[in-house]
Amino acid sequence: MRVQLVDVAHARSGDKGDTANVGVIALKPEWYPLLEKYVTRDRVRDHFRGVITGDVERYELPNLKAINFLLHGALDGGGTLSLKTDAQGKVFSTALLRMVVEIPDAEAKRFGLPEARA
Amino acid sequence: MTAPRKKQLVRVAAGQGFWGDWLEAPRRQVEGGEIDYLMLDYLAEVTMSILQKQKERDPKLGYARDFVGAIESVLPAIAERGVRVIANAGGVNPPACAEAIRAVADKGGVRDRVRVGVVTGDDLLPRLDELLAQGHELRNMDTGEALDSVRDRVLSANAYIGSVPIVEALHRRANVVITGRSTDTALTMAPIRYEFGWAADDWNKLAAGIVAGHIIECGAQCSGGNCLFDWRNIPDLADVGYPIVEANPDGTFDVTKHPNTGGRISVQSITEQLVYEMGDPHTYITPDVIADFTSIELSAAGPDRVHVYGIQGRPATDKLKVSIAYRAGFKAVGTLVYAWPDALDKARKADEVLRTRLDHLGLRFEQLLTEFVGVSATHGPLAGQTHDVPEVQLRVGVRSPDRATVERFTRELAPLVLNGPPTVTGFAGGRPKVEEIVAYWPALIDKRVVQTRVEVA
Repeated sequence: MRVQLVDVAHARSGDKGDTANVGVIALKPEWYPLLEKYVTRDRVRDHFRGVITGDVERYELPNLKAINFLLHGALDGGGTLSLKTDAQGKVFSTALLRMVVEIPDAEAKRFGLPEARA
Repeated sequence: MTAPRKKQLVRVAAGQGFWGDWLEAPRRQVEGGEIDYLMLDYLAEVTMSILQKQKERDPKLGYARDFVGAIESVLPAIAERGVRVIANAGGVNPPACAEAIRAVADKGGVRDRVRVGVVTGDDLLPRLDELLAQGHELRNMDTGEALDSVRDRVLSANAYIGSVPIVEALHRRANVVITGRSTDTALTMAPIRYEFGWAADDWNKLAAGIVAGHIIECGAQCSGGNCLFDWRNIPDLADVGYPIVEANPDGTFDVTKHPNTGGRISVQSITEQLVYEMGDPHTYITPDVIADFTSIELSAAGPDRVHVYGIQGRPATDKLKVSIAYRAGFKAVGTLVYAWPDALDKARKADEVLRTRLDHLGLRFEQLLTEFVGVSATHGPLAGQTHDVPEVQLRVGVRSPDRATVERFTRELAPLVLNGPPTVTGFAGGRPKVEEIVAYWPALIDKRVVQTRVEVA
């Protein structure tokens, strides 16, 4: 089953220089292991291919049911140098929540996951 | 020094999350219920350089002037109820800020009840050449470049300082403490540490104070503001309550807000703020302690109340972060709005025409960025296919070391209204303004090089 992150997680993003960070948080605590399993560094790297120029780092925070991603080279130079509308990476949060992951039907059903709308 | 008082609960209320935050918030925090400390954070990375420019024009300026009005609005609470204020409003000129606050106290007839503590020593600009000569390279933490490459363009240089001088000012009975480039988190941690007498190596408790500071340093961003979780149902943001930390001597604390205020404090709202601007969560470095964000536990503890516990810390490093601002050229951003039908195609055509003309003029930019607002400005290609949208804003930005080049660009947008693609509007704002860019250079310096001073009067 296709599951879109926006239906199973919330998020907030911010900046440090030319790096945007996105903290992705499970909407229900019991869904957090699925984030750990399916929202991998490789998948996020693929998701942002062509959008960021650098690599992706990933940190798990099981205590907060959250995963923190660092997206390097995301902000067109960052801070005051950047010409972007989102020079401070404030809305990279929902850019990551656009991601769709494929989860085996049985597992998706067991966790009561909503199917992707589009 | 006087012995710390033996309080069992310390309430620190956040009243500003940045310079430009809600002017009403400080007064509402002192009038909405009992608090012990009002914490006001004014400084972002670029703020210091703006303040430095102001100080160059007038040596009596260089601090966050909003702070004067904030103090005026809470003066009775300071003078009569014993509320103490801690703020990094001093910017690059804490003594001038203190002078302005004393004048406000004078005017309010309470000068005898206001003791202003001033923390200085973070400003490294006057010592910059001496430090470089001594071998402190101040390399850019992100790029590794040596400071020499921008030395002649440096506007400000400040070390991020921690809780120690603020604690000293409180010991010396200051009830308004003004710092320059303190870390945002120290403004909250310092009064808690002072009240409970936490030792300099009580790492877990100091880390807990830092986490408390991180949660409330952006004001209402932890109490319902900018909160994605269930945002439609967050009540009464017009009357949003700013956060309050209620700290216990053992390092645990609650985050709450005054009763009968809007917004919402929940595990989700606090979690969103905890991950904001997060790097490696195991290693949140401050001048006082390294906090481990993977140790933080949250639990709902009643309406608009979250309990925070379990926080672990470890010894600080022997370095301080230095925030350096330098002149980095010029930029301008201009916009035009194109209407249905084929709004996006028209905007694309206009961009093409504009770029061709800039090319014909021989203008070369370090960076030229086109965004289609309403289509792809924030999420780029991730936004996917777009149907025939009702309107699109064309937004073009340029950057160059040469002001004249950027200036010429600003003259090229308006003509498109009459000599470019059709159904265009939205040029009422006039020509884009050329802005000088002040860029940010993060570096590290040995702690022992930076000596802070505290004056209370």
